[in-house]
Amino acid sequence: MPKITIDGTEHEVDAGMTILQACEQAGKEVPRFCYHDRLSIAGNCRMCLVQMERSPKPVASCAMPVADGMVVYTDTPEVKKMRQGVMEFLLINHPLDCPICDQGGECDLQDQAMAYGMDHGRYKENKRAVEDKHMGPLIKTIMTRCIHCTRCVRFSTEVAGVTDMGLIGRGENAEIVTYLDQAVSSELSGNVIDLCPVGALTSKPYAFAARPWELKKTESVDVSDAQGCAIRVDSRGPEVMRVLPRLNEDVNEEWISDKTRYCVDGLKRQRLDQPYVRVKGKLQPATWPEAFAAVAKAIKGKQGSEIAAIAGDLADCESMLVLKELMVGLGSTNMDCRQDGSKVDPAQRASYIFNSTIAGIEDADALLIVGANPRWEAPVLNARIRKRYLMGKFPIAAIGPAIDLSYPVDWLGEDADILAQIAAGTHPFAEILKTAERPMIIVGSGAVARPDGAAVLGLARQAADAAGAVTADWNGFNVLQRAASRVGGLDLGFVPGEGGMDTGRILDGAATGAVKVIYLLGADEIDTKDLDKPFVIYQGHHGDAGAHVADVILPGAAYTEKDATYVNLEGRVQRGQLAVYPPGDAREDWKIIRALSDTLNATLPYTTLADVRRGLVKANPVFQGIDDIQAAPWGEFGTTGEVSGAFTYPIANFYMTDPISRASATMAECTDEILGGGEGKTGTDG
Amino acid sequence: MNIEQPSSFAFSAENLEKAKWHIAKYPDGRQQSAVMPLLDLAQRQNGGWIPQAAIEVIADMLDMASIRVYEVATFYTMYNLKPVGKHFVQVCTNLPCWLRGSDQIMAACKKVTGCSNGETSADGDFTVLEVECLGACVNAPMMQIGDDYYEDLDSATTEEVLTALKAGQKPKVGSQSGRYTCEPAGGITTLTDRYPDRAAKAGGDD
Repeated sequence: MPKITIDGTEHEVDAGMTILQACEQAGKEVPRFCYHDRLSIAGNCRMCLVQMERSPKPVASCAMPVADGMVVYTDTPEVKKMRQGVMEFLLINHPLDCPICDQGGECDLQDQAMAYGMDHGRYKENKRAVEDKHMGPLIKTIMTRCIHCTRCVRFSTEVAGVTDMGLIGRGENAEIVTYLDQAVSSELSGNVIDLCPVGALTSKPYAFAARPWELKKTESVDVSDAQGCAIRVDSRGPEVMRVLPRLNEDVNEEWISDKTRYCVDGLKRQRLDQPYVRVKGKLQPATWPEAFAAVAKAIKGKQGSEIAAIAGDLADCESMLVLKELMVGLGSTNMDCRQDGSKVDPAQRASYIFNSTIAGIEDADALLIVGANPRWEAPVLNARIRKRYLMGKFPIAAIGPAIDLSYPVDWLGEDADILAQIAAGTHPFAEILKTAERPMIIVGSGAVARPDGAAVLGLARQAADAAGAVTADWNGFNVLQRAASRVGGLDLGFVPGEGGMDTGRILDGAATGAVKVIYLLGADEIDTKDLDKPFVIYQGHHGDAGAHVADVILPGAAYTEKDATYVNLEGRVQRGQLAVYPPGDAREDWKIIRALSDTLNATLPYTTLADVRRGLVKANPVFQGIDDIQAAPWGEFGTTGEVSGAFTYPIANFYMTDPISRASATMAECTDEILGGGEGKTGTDG
Repeated sequence: MNIEQPSSFAFSAENLEKAKWHIAKYPDGRQQSAVMPLLDLAQRQNGGWIPQAAIEVIADMLDMASIRVYEVATFYTMYNLKPVGKHFVQVCTNLPCWLRGSDQIMAACKKVTGCSNGETSADGDFTVLEVECLGACVNAPMMQIGDDYYEDLDSATTEEVLTALKAGQKPKVGSQSGRYTCEPAGGITTLTDRYPDRAAKAGGDD
């Protein structure tokens, strides 16, 4: 390992590191604009200049690899002078409009100008002005502020895998553009806002909304897909202003999807902020006791088997546990957390989680995707797959309709029968999986929710076994869940008990009259056409499909409004935190069910959140390790049987998949412009 | 780009042949290296400028993203992304040429063609553009018209060259001061026995 002397102290660093990385490791701060850990090196901002012995000129530390015996200085007066020079050049054309700039307060240029800026400018000529570009409904541009670090271009090309952005012209005329002024066609486009070191690319919906120092920052987890990305919820008073990613190397690195970032304006619309009771066919505002009384009246005298519960995609573990125990207390075993009708095996944890783990994708060496569109079902996970693809030697094949996943894929066909061939070893790709040391199979949540889903699951397991994908230190069998509540619900056993009905049968029962009372815990993605017959209790936070058919509405809290536990698709138990209080009379979900249990004379033994969390651990020990994953034992699951018919993808519109994003105006705009709802619009409309 | 773009572009058979020859020069997977000669071919075929459609055709041929081709096309002043006059006049205004009087050259261009920097004359004959160094500093000041360099200019010779072009004649290419290529302005001081007619006159200062 090379030895390098930084500011007089010798350090031993890994070969292949750059001087900047070595300085970081040695605890020396080096200012930079263009350099970013997760992007390729550009070396164009020149802010990271350091002095090196025997080098006649300053060295751009981000682009210079370390060599044995280098002697580097980062804090001499000369270095300071060099960086001051670079800063002066950057500020020649950068407008001094910090007071009206949304980046103000969290701007790299502003911060570094404090350290390296001059107290006055010497440039008397006119500054250059650049026309603003249209980059879609999410990214606001003030291109005069751009310092041409090209982080956004490198991110969109390398991480997001779209070739929309580029740097055109040269020298003083250089500009960042999207090709033909189109919106950036990536689900990860919002990340360029975080990457932009100045105020050139800022959040359009958040424009002029708040200053960073006014915001309360709450660390939480995302629920817009099953990945459970680490987020920071920035709120002011009762309002969630924005969502930013947090670093979590194991889950999302430092990216989040556009839905995660921008759906939060949906938290202010269509909210259920007080209980409602249906009187003479119309929902009337009510008080909590009135609502509870209506529920008690409906349940009174009903058999346990006539009562059912379905948990939705955003339900938290605490409320699912409490609701499950309430159902048990009422003598019912009719409950399901799989509103999509998924056929995964609740008894076998390995059958419903992403066993390889998200970080494990980088260790895999062959991949088969079965009936999944990871780009829409888990965009940040898809970026991991792309990252692995860029490392090379990673054959990727997929069964399903051909789409652009941002990396080349060998499309084997659409029919489920191809999976049977791979499981039987008669398909050429079976050989590739077999020769791979750590093959991976990703089964889509839509693929196992088909009528023959159990057989698809069984075939996928067979294919994994046949490929040797399950060994002592590697499990290559993965189900790509897309609902934040799903793995947690399955872990808690929120599934039909002895003789109980699953989602499909509950809905059938509602139509036939066998089910007389249905408790919907935020379940909106089910077919509600037959739910006018039974008595429907809807507990949730948005007036969506479920609330429309409800006889009683119990207003609950959205994910930003409660301390709640979620289990992500790889089985990682994570905790979200309360950032703002639920609006109006809405309450945290487990508390609602606990209070209701009192009225129903089936009082549950929980009085505090800590009680419920102890209950979670009792129900399933995996809840003991927060932020941890416990490997699931391999076992038999799925059935054998015929499979046929083409796979289809479950998400029709990436930007609207849950009650929050469906209520979001920003997501509606994205649907319009990016998914082509807005034909005939041009950049000049923006 | 607020100009009328042709809806499609296709290389002529002859240019397609040339394009293939350029592409074949590079090893497999490195075909993108042919982007510059292909852009040049497209520009020549299309009367001096590159339409959007050509960028997309080239991107397709070289298996690269359109934006990457567009980046290259905007980077170099020798590629035009909007129509130019019959004679594309590029005047170097970098330091050596400027010290030797490129301001007068620009003024002469304006006088003959009526064009300031970046403009095209009304009759479509000329486009005048200030450009960065064209690598002929030794014969500064200079301008490039089409593929030809006109060097050692002053106001009078610039006007002569442009007027001749306007009249449809072919003015002499190269140095306008009478020197041979970039030899010393006063004549050569070595190899005088081999090229006696180009030798410096006795008493010459260089």
